[in-house]
Amino acid sequence: MVHGEAWTIKEFFTYPNEYIYWTIQIVMYPFMTGLVAGAFVLSSLYHVFGVKQLKDIARFSLVFSFALLPVAMLPLLMHLQQPLRGIEVMMTPHFTSAIAAFGIVFSTYGMIVASELWFVYRKHFVETALSLKALPQPDAADKLRCLLFSVLTLGAWDVSHEALEADERAVKKLAAAGIPVACFLHGYAGFIFGSVKANALWMTPLMPVIFICSAVVSGIALCILTYILTMEIRKQLSLRRRLAHPEIPSMEELKSAEAHVVAMTSRYLLMFMVAAITLELLDLIFRGYTAVKSWDILRSVIYERDFVNIFVIQYGLGNLVPFFLFLIPGLTIRRATVGTVLVLLGVFMMRWNVVIGGQAFSSSFSGFMHYVLPIWPTSMETLKEGLFGALIVAIVPFCIFYVLNKVMPVFKKA
Amino acid sequence: MITRRSFCKKSLLIAGGLAVPLAALELFDPRKLLAEKDQKGPRWVFLVDTRKCVGCGFCVKGCKVENEVPYDANVTRTWVERYVVTKDGKTHIDSPKGARDGFPEKGIDIGHGKLEEIRDEEIEKAFFVPKLCNQCDNPPCVQVCPVGATYQTADGVVLVDRKWCIGCGYCIMGCPYGVRFFHPVYHVAEKCNFCYHRITKGMQTACVDSCAFGARRVGNLRDPEDPVTKVIMTERVNVLKEEYGTKPQVFYLGLSKEVK
Ligand code: SF4
Ligand code: SF4
Repeated sequence: MVHGEAWTIKEFFTYPNEYIYWTIQIVMYPFMTGLVAGAFVLSSLYHVFGVKQLKDIARFSLVFSFALLPVAMLPLLMHLQQPLRGIEVMMTPHFTSAIAAFGIVFSTYGMIVASELWFVYRKHFVETALSLKALPQPDAADKLRCLLFSVLTLGAWDVSHEALEADERAVKKLAAAGIPVACFLHGYAGFIFGSVKANALWMTPLMPVIFICSAVVSGIALCILTYILTMEIRKQLSLRRRLAHPEIPSMEELKSAEAHVVAMTSRYLLMFMVAAITLELLDLIFRGYTAVKSWDILRSVIYERDFVNIFVIQYGLGNLVPFFLFLIPGLTIRRATVGTVLVLLGVFMMRWNVVIGGQAFSSSFSGFMHYVLPIWPTSMETLKEGLFGALIVAIVPFCIFYVLNKVMPVFKKA
Repeated sequence: MITRRSFCKKSLLIAGGLAVPLAALELFDPRKLLAEKDQKGPRWVFLVDTRKCVGCGFCVKGCKVENEVPYDANVTRTWVERYVVTKDGKTHIDSPKGARDGFPEKGIDIGHGKLEEIRDEEIEKAFFVPKLCNQCDNPPCVQVCPVGATYQTADGVVLVDRKWCIGCGYCIMGCPYGVRFFHPVYHVAEKCNFCYHRITKGMQTACVDSCAFGARRVGNLRDPEDPVTKVIMTERVNVLKEEYGTKPQVFYLGLSKEVK
């Protein structure tokens, strides 16, 4: 069977070689990079602009952004027909291609986040290493941890006041440098689509900007959601552990801290949501108004075939409902949870409608293609580019986050 | 002991160094590329006379066999489209299996294995249009390939390096004519290359050789004496989807406005 045939249903006239070649993994790719960029921007709001209210979530989102980073690459690899040759993008980049910039932007960004993390956590590394060294009878695990943390300090043991201040300055600079790079990382994902002149739906210079705005929206939403979830777990833990360790923050303390952080962050979420939706609507109105050759087929895709996906799920459930959920005064944790889940759904559907919707019509403008998401894998292909492949991509960042959190605890008070 | 300052400096240096892939050090010189393009030598072009095409599909068969595109796979380097314009102004198009077996059914294939029957009296006009890669002078597929696996030769033909293609599919997305696909056996991008292995040895392409009606011809635009060049220069030829700026090099005689 030809690649793409397993999940493409054709209707009316399409060119014989046309199939849905870019599938769920290409939906996951901008979704994941969007989360990376968004989470980073959120943490930078604190570090660079000194938005004090975001202090608690800033550390959290920085670590989370780092955990998401390797996963942004995963969907691309999974969708390649020759995944083992993926490294060629780094070795022989062909710079007229938007994808060729991937290696450079990605590694630059990765290094910025890694060094920022190091500066943020250096004090913690040093302290942990020193305390482990001071243990009277360290067992093997302690020794191992001691070694790990000593290596992580990279030989910089100085934790005097001046040194720590220098650290802070470095964090600020890195965070500032990171914002444009994060936006670029994601904006160029939009450019990958926006520059395909053969595709009537994708080709618009607005694409990168739309992608950046919705990226920030999704990143913030995911940070809030994960933050709430981890706080809930901590609450449960504190209930149990408080008897033995009275220094652990109490249930009430945790609760109020949580509510405060969530309320603050969701304001920023709302702001970016407005920006994102404005741009998307502008694009839609402009297409309808100018009504160039492709508009006929685009209209039938947007207003008929994909109506539920676009207007009901993406705009209705994913934008309008959460918008009101966050606007109604007296935001509760439960409402915030529902709101952020819906926002994430909305952003995911936006990616879906761009990537899959862009291939829903033939470039002959005379026929349609329908994408049937492979659920149960029957071959390697349907595993990689089906529901299970997407789930793998969605779960991995949380596993990485779990491990990272062991080394760089996001909740430890500085 | 290493000071923090020097550590920072050094790590930045290493990081920066890592960010620059080794291969990027040898940057392309556009002038060199241009000079290669300007070389004297052939510029292969194609001429399709749609008025002569009867839709037998021998060209599609010939191409599949010559170029080892699996016979039963639903992809093909070249195909033939059938256009039936009815009196109510509607255009009905199909190309079942790329017209590998011609058009055995009278009804129009509308997908889902369904046929749409059209009565003879309703038909205003009907004709066939063969399609193949346009070997664009400004090929978007070459522009978007992230690793340079798709490239253009000095004589204008766009080729794919099967050993280097990573199978990202960007070129398939970038081609407005839908001529590209993934080869079912090699799992890399595949397309018509004007039978490059034949034309460079002075032979005709497989499809030209299979066409009994002379609807397809291949020629060299840099040779003013070439009969194909003469037709292109002196007659009213047309190309497909000029608005994409791809500068297609497959010329059509008798093209109709309905052709997509
Ligand atoms: S027709 Fe398509 S595959 Fe052929 S050169 Fe043009 S863009 Fe490339
Ligand atoms: S599929 Fe192959 S030839 Fe096409 S753009 Fe990707 S790497 Fe290049």
